[in-house]
Amino acid sequence: MTAPSPPEPAGSGAPDGNTPMDPPSLGKIFAGRFTSGDMATRRVLARVKQGLTKAGLGEEDLATVELILAEALNNVVEHAYADAPGPVELSVALQSYGLSCSIIDSGRPMPSDDAPNPDLPVIDPPIEIPEGGFGWHIIRCLTRDLEYRRDGMQNRLSMTVPLEDLER
Amino acid sequence: MNITTRTTTQGLIITVHDTRVDAAVAIEFKEAVRTEAAGGTGKVILDLSQVTFLDSSGLGAVVAIMKLLGKERPLELAGLTPPVAKVFRLTRMDSVFTIHDSLPDNLKAVG
Repeated sequence: MTAPSPPEPAGSGAPDGNTPMDPPSLGKIFAGRFTSGDMATRRVLARVKQGLTKAGLGEEDLATVELILAEALNNVVEHAYADAPGPVELSVALQSYGLSCSIIDSGRPMPSDDAPNPDLPVIDPPIEIPEGGFGWHIIRCLTRDLEYRRDGMQNRLSMTVPLEDLER
Repeated sequence: MNITTRTTTQGLIITVHDTRVDAAVAIEFKEAVRTEAAGGTGKVILDLSQVTFLDSSGLGAVVAIMKLLGKERPLELAGLTPPVAKVFRLTRMDSVFTIHDSLPDNLKAVG
């Protein structure tokens, strides 16, 4: 039952009648403000996925985007707003060069002037098996042009997600 | 967290019926599996074939479960969907676990 299915062509399954050969349609996917929280993250990710599906992205790109945004929004919940929930602004737009994403919060600043760029935690079973420290590694692996800026009382994180479906 | 268990001659199979193992449920997931596995012996196989999304919090929970079970009760994984397999690959945690493509046939038949 877990036989691998062939990769979905761009545009397949799009509800707006795109043929499988249509390139994804560019433009705004999501722009909104919400209060940080694990369930809010779930709801927002579902909205973003809905928008990307409609724009014609395939399963693999959808999964990549969902993972990156989940990791970035989890960081906001767990670190920036560790003390109390607060407002988050997310914008996601499909560009010719990839998916451009921006996350703004008004929580605690990141510990350094740049977004973390950690090595993978040491894995040396059975002694060293890390339970955390993977989030930024995942984000760094799957994005480019990652930028973090502390602007007054705000954290501004932006990045581009390269997409398979744009490179056909 | 919706999980079910089956005892087989090969070990305890724990099937996750939720589609998401993320930050919202990571702690609950860990506790649920810990409760189900308590008191038993032998191998534990976590059937993730219905899980289509797992983030680093979910991954951390799986690792925590492995540690809780200890070396007398090795934790193996089965049925990783492509998005879940990707997280294990990116973090190189696929080198830590025995991963089955699907539940071995002899396990499907028993119990």
